[in-house]
Amino acid sequence: MIGTVISIDRVEKRFGTFTALHGVSVDIADNEFFTLLGPSGCGKTTLLRCIAGFEPVSGGQIRLNGEDIAPLPPYRRPVNTVFQHYALFPHMTVLENAMFGLQRLGWGVVDAEGRARQALELVHLSAFLKRRPGQLSGGQQQRVALARALAPEPRVLLLDEPLSALDLKLRQAVRMELKQIQRETGIAFVFVTHDQEEALTMSDRIAVMSDGRVQQVGTPREIYESPANRFVADFIGETNLIEVPVLNISNGLAEVSLPGGRAIQCPTRLVDATQGVLSVRPERIDLCAPSEADLIATAGAQVYLGTDIQLKAHLAGGEQMTVRLQNAAATVLPQSGARLGLRLEAGAARLLAA
Amino acid sequence: MSGGMKQLDLRRFPGFFAITLACVAVLYAPLMVVAVYSVNESTSITRWGGFSLAWYADVFTGPESPKFQRAAMNSIIIAVLAGTGATIIATSAAVAMHRAGRFRAKTATFALINLPLMVPEVVTAVASLIFFTAIGFSGGIGTILLAHLTFCIPFAYLPIAARMQSISDSYEQAAMDLYATPREAFRLILLPLMRPGIFSGFLLAFIISLDDFLITNFVKGAGVETLPTAIFGAVKQGIKPNIMAISTLMLGVSVAFVTLSWLIGRSGQKTQ
Ligand SMILES: Nc1ncnc2c1ncn2[C@@H]1O[C@H](COP(=O)(O)OP(=O)(O)OP(=O)(O)O)[C@@H](O)[C@H]1O
Ligand SMILES: [Mg+2]
Repeated sequence: MIGTVISIDRVEKRFGTFTALHGVSVDIADNEFFTLLGPSGCGKTTLLRCIAGFEPVSGGQIRLNGEDIAPLPPYRRPVNTVFQHYALFPHMTVLENAMFGLQRLGWGVVDAEGRARQALELVHLSAFLKRRPGQLSGGQQQRVALARALAPEPRVLLLDEPLSALDLKLRQAVRMELKQIQRETGIAFVFVTHDQEEALTMSDRIAVMSDGRVQQVGTPREIYESPANRFVADFIGETNLIEVPVLNISNGLAEVSLPGGRAIQCPTRLVDATQGVLSVRPERIDLCAPSEADLIATAGAQVYLGTDIQLKAHLAGGEQMTVRLQNAAATVLPQSGARLGLRLEAGAARLLAA
Repeated sequence: MSGGMKQLDLRRFPGFFAITLACVAVLYAPLMVVAVYSVNESTSITRWGGFSLAWYADVFTGPESPKFQRAAMNSIIIAVLAGTGATIIATSAAVAMHRAGRFRAKTATFALINLPLMVPEVVTAVASLIFFTAIGFSGGIGTILLAHLTFCIPFAYLPIAARMQSISDSYEQAAMDLYATPREAFRLILLPLMRPGIFSGFLLAFIISLDDFLITNFVKGAGVETLPTAIFGAVKQGIKPNIMAISTLMLGVSVAFVTLSWLIGRSGQKTQ
């Protein structure tokens, strides 16, 4: 890839007999906001620690600008980290915290202070230079951690769930700000989260991980709309997964038989299969008259979500479907137990390996 | 439910308050007697003859004062050196134990460091004497200092290790992530964070050394006295009220140091 700053090449990490990373390969570009997304325990922190140098890799290579960084200890890697609980130095002021990295790099006090002030200005903390971390709110501490890691202008900034300690409102506000800071500084961010909404709204590209493996790498849109497999489809957003027989596949287009017998065409990455799983997003299903429907179902429970209404529907074979309807004035909700017609919007369904 | 809890509360047992009072009285009555009679006008140690600070003056200027001053000087020199040495060793041990992660003999090592706290002091005293005799040390300040250094280590270790436990290793990792070498991470981050524990440990070791009688008396040999052994020697020739004045002074110093040690330990906890 052009402008690759960090190249993670078949990285393995074993703790004793347990393998935390199974040959992870990802290239991260300069200027990129790159997110590692996956459930708890999938190895996100482990991968970050390998990049930062706190864990030696058991196999494979991590290259920074084309050079293997395995021989470099953490303090020789031009990579900085925003730790999950910030790890701000409690006995130093905000300004001293931000100056720390620069001074270790041999900067003089005056230059270091100038740069640290700039970094703190970037995160709107100029009014708090003389405070100790203990005298700051959680959100302010998070900004200090960010400024401290940005001040030395690393090639790559690693962020391990930096927003998880903040409350929901603040988290949403900081997301946009973080993204903007990334744009302004042009530093590649490797951002770890298990919050898919966070990943979708902030990232240029996302790597979805599970059990120490990368399942898919792509833009938020690609990940959401063209999930590579069942895990990704299920983990990112909500989806309906329906087991279906495959009639034929050609040129990335599959013809499958829906429960109830109706045949539809849908995109797929599979080249050959007789059985598959159809993934359909709840918001891409409409209600219609049973005569025009792709699927016939029985209406079940409704959940009121404010802007949306979630409706459960049961197919004749017992499969449960979730449908999301906009909470518009014109929306007519079916009675529980009523016979429903469901229509899949064009391109709504995607065939995945069973 | 809450009624039941209240009945289990020990403080609610009938007579508990009286027992507490009795215990406190038994513990502190002798000290009170010493403190009160140290300001007694009379030369008798049992009859009250009015308030006077004469015996305190006697401690500093009386006929026995040179002896006590020399002993006090020895005590302070030994306490400072033994306390400092024990603190340095205890700090290194705490850092090593902390840094080593989980190793097989960790619990055993911890027990080994703290075991001297449980060994009867007279056993340590006898053992020290035999050991020093065996290696040809024959008393004197150097021998006392070595003995003190040894038994002060666990006292210095406890507050330092307690402090260390509360310091997450993510601070050092953050420092190294920000280009600090392991040496710099220790000097600029870990050491300042450990400082309250180190102070607290030093003060405790200092006072333990200053107050020690038993081990000192066994190993000191002839001719060298520390304040506690000098007091003991004086008492053998009959108790004069100036002994009470010295004892009260020592009590004051001990209480002040232990309180200071505790306050520093506590204030360190708060900044975390
Ligand atoms: N030092 C270690 N020794 C043994 N196993 C470890 C060690 N560090 C991590 N692991 C294991 O490796 C796996 C991945 O851990 P990791 O911390 O990378 O997960 P994560 O994706 O960051 O999860 P979370 O979202 O909960 O932070 C886990 O199963 C964990 O138990
Ligand atoms: Mg993690």
